[in-house]
Amino acid sequence: MTQKIIVQGKVTGKVLKSNQPINFLGTIDKKTGEIIDKKHDLYGKTIKDSILIFPNGIGSSVGAYTIYSIKSNNVSPLAMACQKVDLTVASGCALANIPLFILEPDEYDKIKDGDEISLG
Amino acid sequence: MELTREEEKSLNGEHGESLQIAYRILSAVGEATDAERLVPIHWAHVSGVNYNTIGDAGEEFLANLSKNAKFKVRTTVNPMGYDKDSVEKFGLDENFIQKQESIRKSYAKMGMTPSLSCIPYEIYDLPREDTHVSFAESNAAIYANSIGHLKTNKESAFSALASAIIGKSPYSDLRKDDSPSMSISMKVQDPNELTFGLLGYFAGKVADKSVAISGVKNLDKRCNKSLCASMGTSGSCGKFVLDDNSNASEKVDFDEKEMQNVFDELNTADSGDLVTLGSPQLGLEEMTDLAAMLKGRSFKKRCLIFCPRAIQEQARSLGYAGQLESAGCELLSDCCTCLTPLVTKKDVDSVTTNSIKGAYYFKNSNGLDVNLKPLSEIVSDETS
Repeated sequence: MTQKIIVQGKVTGKVLKSNQPINFLGTIDKKTGEIIDKKHDLYGKTIKDSILIFPNGIGSSVGAYTIYSIKSNNVSPLAMACQKVDLTVASGCALANIPLFILEPDEYDKIKDGDEISLG
Repeated sequence: MELTREEEKSLNGEHGESLQIAYRILSAVGEATDAERLVPIHWAHVSGVNYNTIGDAGEEFLANLSKNAKFKVRTTVNPMGYDKDSVEKFGLDENFIQKQESIRKSYAKMGMTPSLSCIPYEIYDLPREDTHVSFAESNAAIYANSIGHLKTNKESAFSALASAIIGKSPYSDLRKDDSPSMSISMKVQDPNELTFGLLGYFAGKVADKSVAISGVKNLDKRCNKSLCASMGTSGSCGKFVLDDNSNASEKVDFDEKEMQNVFDELNTADSGDLVTLGSPQLGLEEMTDLAAMLKGRSFKKRCLIFCPRAIQEQARSLGYAGQLESAGCELLSDCCTCLTPLVTKKDVDSVTTNSIKGAYYFKNSNGLDVNLKPLSEIVSDETS
């Protein structure tokens, strides 16, 4: 189901899916892994231990440090999977060693929030 | 992405851990963006300097990395959290100052050019057109591509850092093909810098990597910077061209209604407890201009102006810094509005600014309300 593996890894877990892009800086609390942007569709949820699926990353280049920090603080997702991978998410996951995938478009559409899936 | 034999060795750790980390980052970026190879770059500008944004994990990572890593090309750096000349006025705790100092030292050890600025393009001469650079600060990347005619992707803090260490970047995206896939028609009459900020925020949301804008002639520096900064905040678009005859396949209008939508998303207050100018930091031209606008006037509330240290020194020797201070402005260098630890809920509920980028982060990261208005209105409403 993956079109491309950006950062290697094998995971099984519960999907946390967003329909909105994520600006990691300002959207996620790096200490708790909670989504703190009130306008975001995942507001109030935590990304910890999920398979985080979202269209793509946007915004601040420093979001890469947020991705690294959530891993260091043990609140990171098990893996991330996107439609498109931008430089911030790719480089953040590479340094933090969080498995990262680009999904086939129809697979991306099929996966629902709460599904139990395996990647890698 | 194809690597040469030497590059492959570095990725496998044969040339030390810091180069291995840098190659691991660029390999992932190259894979994600379908790069074929790495190309030499001539200048890197890294973000991730402010302790407020990178935190303890970032501070520790940089302290470790700087034990062995050295920058291979000229590397300028983004603002940090405060100006050491006035930090005692803002009540930051000792831990913040210690960690921030450690971050600054790590970058110094790796060989930074100590710009501590988000507008390196106003401090240093730009190289000739089509030169490859690697700029992480989004407003600077968009400015470099759109106005400086340089070549960079909208780099991340880590991709620019890795490129600074290796001296190369993946040849992909805007480096390879920067033709706009969308054209936005500017329909709003009599635009000012705030209008262009709102346009940029809209463009960042709807456009892909590069966008054409029609119906706009020449932009002054303030409008250009406002457009670059807001576009970088809302999306992944890294370049704009002013072009009335673009053959981009997709066409979109930016009219009064669209503008109002963006304004309503970011403007949450009718007035502010404090005024901030700068995000991006102000350049000399804007400081000179502001000094003229403030002649014989004085701010009725606290007004913070963020500018690079080199620009503040120039403005001081030319007399403009003194004029701005006489009008009640506080000049701060080495730091900026965006993700500042200096303006918090402890002291204020709301901020007045003309910066869309500043507004976004005040709202989302500092948890403050924002009153958005153009500089001309800030001067007429907030000074007497």
